Amino acid sequence: MKRTEANPMTDLTSQTSQPDAERTPTRTDPDPALIADDLSVYYGEEQALGGVSMEIPERRVTAIIGPSGCGKSTFLRSINRMNDRVPGCRVTGRLDFHGKNVYDANVDPVALRRRIGQVFQAPNPFPKSIYDNVAYGLRVQGRDDEVDMDAEVERALRGSALWEEVEGQLDASGLELSGGQQQRLCIARAIAPDPEVLLMDEPTSALDPVAEAKIEDLITELAEEYTVVIVTHNMQQAARISDQTAVFLTGGELVEIDDTDRVFSNPADQRVEDYITGKFG
Amino acid sequence: MSVDVINRVLDRSESRSHEDARNRIFRWLLFGASVLGLVVLTLLIADVLWSAYHGLVTFDIDVRQFLTATSSSRPGRAGFAANILASVLLIAMTAVLAFFLAVGCAIYLTEYAADGRLTRLIEANLANLAGVPSIVYGLLVLALIVNDAGLGSVILAGAIALALLIVPIIIVASIEAIRAVPDGVRDGAYAMGSTRWQTIRHVVLPQAMPGIMTGTILALARAIGETAPLIMVGTLFHATRYPVTTDPASWLYAPFADFSAMPTQIYTWTFLAQREFDALAALGIVVLLSVLVLLYAVAGVIRRRYETDGGQSHD
Ligand SMILES: Nc1ncnc2c1ncn2[C@@H]1O[C@H](COP(=O)(O)OP(=O)(O)OP(=O)(O)O)[C@@H](O)[C@H]1O
Ligand SMILES: [Mg+2]
Repeated sequence: MKRTEANPMTDLTSQTSQPDAERTPTRTDPDPALIADDLSVYYGEEQALGGVSMEIPERRVTAIIGPSGCGKSTFLRSINRMNDRVPGCRVTGRLDFHGKNVYDANVDPVALRRRIGQVFQAPNPFPKSIYDNVAYGLRVQGRDDEVDMDAEVERALRGSALWEEVEGQLDASGLELSGGQQQRLCIARAIAPDPEVLLMDEPTSALDPVAEAKIEDLITELAEEYTVVIVTHNMQQAARISDQTAVFLTGGELVEIDDTDRVFSNPADQRVEDYITGKFG
Repeated sequence: MSVDVINRVLDRSESRSHEDARNRIFRWLLFGASVLGLVVLTLLIADVLWSAYHGLVTFDIDVRQFLTATSSSRPGRAGFAANILASVLLIAMTAVLAFFLAVGCAIYLTEYAADGRLTRLIEANLANLAGVPSIVYGLLVLALIVNDAGLGSVILAGAIALALLIVPIIIVASIEAIRAVPDGVRDGAYAMGSTRWQTIRHVVLPQAMPGIMTGTILALARAIGETAPLIMVGTLFHATRYPVTTDPASWLYAPFADFSAMPTQIYTWTFLAQREFDALAALGIVVLLSVLVLLYAVAGVIRRRYETDGGQSHD
C-alpha cells in the first residue's frame, strides 16, 4: 500500500488505516473542519452535553457562549479528547475531524492533540524558559531535527504578538512574564507545532482589558491560518471576533448556531434572545 | 433594650477574655515545649563538644591523625578515616538504590495507578512503613541478603538495609511534591500532544524535583546516623582498612568490601575499656554531626533556591 503523504487522517491513528468510507459533507464554503453529530458527554450518571450537532468551518472563528455550567468547556474538551483524562467521563455520538470520527477505537488521542491545540482559561506556561515553552510541542513530537527551531520559535512568538516584548530574553522563565504575556506565550506554544485547530477556553477572562484587546486582535489574525473555537462569557467579545456563534443553554443543549451577526441581531430562539439581553442565565 | 445590647456586648467581651486567657496558656505551654526541646538539644551538643574538647586535651589526640588514620585496637593510633569513607560510600549507594526505587513508586502511584482502594491502601501504609523500627530492616537484610543470598556483611548489604528504611520516607515526600504540581500545567502538557511519559519527564518531574530532592536528602541524613540496622547486617569491630584503595579498580569492588560506618564505629568505641576511646567517640560524633548539618544545609539551599524562582506562578 502506497503511503499517501497528505492524507491527514492516517496520521491520527497509530497504525495505518484504510481510507475511511468518506461521507460527503455539505459543500458549503468553507469546508467544516469539525462536525459534531449527536455528541453527548456524561460525567458518571450526569449528562453534561446533550446531543450536540454542529459544524465548525475551517479557518473561521466559532464562538461558544452560554451560562455557567452549560457544558461549553465540556464540548471543547471533547474535541481534543481531553475528557479522556476525566475519570468516569463517557462520550456518545460522533465528532468528525475532516471526516474521521475522533472517537473511533483506532484514533490515538496523542496524535489528535498534536493537530488540535488548546489554550486554557488560566495561563499555564511550563516552568521553563520562554524558548523551551514555545519549542515544547515540536520537541515532544520529535520534530526538533527537521525544523530550524530558532526560526520556529520566532515565528510562533511573532504569531502570538509577543516577539517584540520578549526578544532578547528568551532564556528567561516563562513564569516571569505578566499574566497577559503568559497567555500569549501559551498561544505561541499552541501554534508553534502548527496545529489545524485552536481551542480556546475563556482565554481572556483572567486578563486586563489591554491584554484582552491584544489577544482579540490576535485571534482574528489567527483565523486566517487556523480554525478557532473559542469559549467566552463575554458576549461583546463573541460579537467582535467570531464569524459563527453557538449558544448552549443549561443542560448542555445547543439551542442556536448561526452567523454571529444573526445570533446577536435577530436570534431565532426566544431563550437565546433572553440570554443575550441578560434576562436569563 | 439598650441594657440588653450592653449586656450582650459585655457577655461577648467576657467570653473573649476567657478565650484570651486560654490562648495565652496554650501559647506558653507550646512555647515551653519548644524551649524544652531546644534546651535538651543544646545540652546534648554541649556535652558532646565538651567531651571531645576534654578528650583532645587529656589524651593529646592528634586531630590530623584522627581524620586520616584507620581505626585500631590501640587508641593512640586509632583514626576515623576508614569509617568516614565507608559512610560516604554507604550513603552514595543508599541514595542511588532508594532514589530510583522511591521516585519510581511515587510516579506510579500518582500518575499511573487508578485511584482505587488498593492504591489508597498502599499509600496509607507507606506512612506505617516509615514508622517500622530500623532494626527490623537490618534483620530482614541479614536473613535474606547477607545469609540466604550469601552476599556477606558488605557495604552493599548495609546500603540495601538503609535504602529499605528510607524508601517509604522518600516516596511520601515525592508523592507530595508530585501532587503539588498544578493540574493546569499537566493539562497543558497533555493538550500539547505529550504522551504520559513525556508529560511526567518534561513537565511534572522538573517541577517536583526540588521537593523530591529535599525529601531525599533529609531521608539520607536520617540514614547516615543509623546504627542498629548496620549492626544487624554486621560491621567490622575496628575498621582497620579502607573499603577502597587508591587503585581505581578497587572502586568496582567497593560494594563488596567489609566496613564499619561512622555510627557503628562510634558505637564500638564507646564500650571499650580504655577511656581514650570515649574521647575518640565524642570526636566521631562531632564529625557525624558536622556531616548532618552539611546535609541539612544543602537541603535548605535547594529548597530556598527553587522556592524563589523555580516554583509555580503566583496567580
Ligand atoms: N470533571 C468533571 N466531573 C464531573 N462533572 C463535571 C466535570 N466537569 C464539568 N462537570 C459538570 O458538567 C457540567 C458542565 O460543565 P462545564 O465545565 O462544561 O461548563 P461550562 O459551560 O464550561 O461552565 P463555565 O462557564 O462555568 O466554565 C457542569 O454541571 C459541571 O458540574
Ligand atoms: Mg468552562
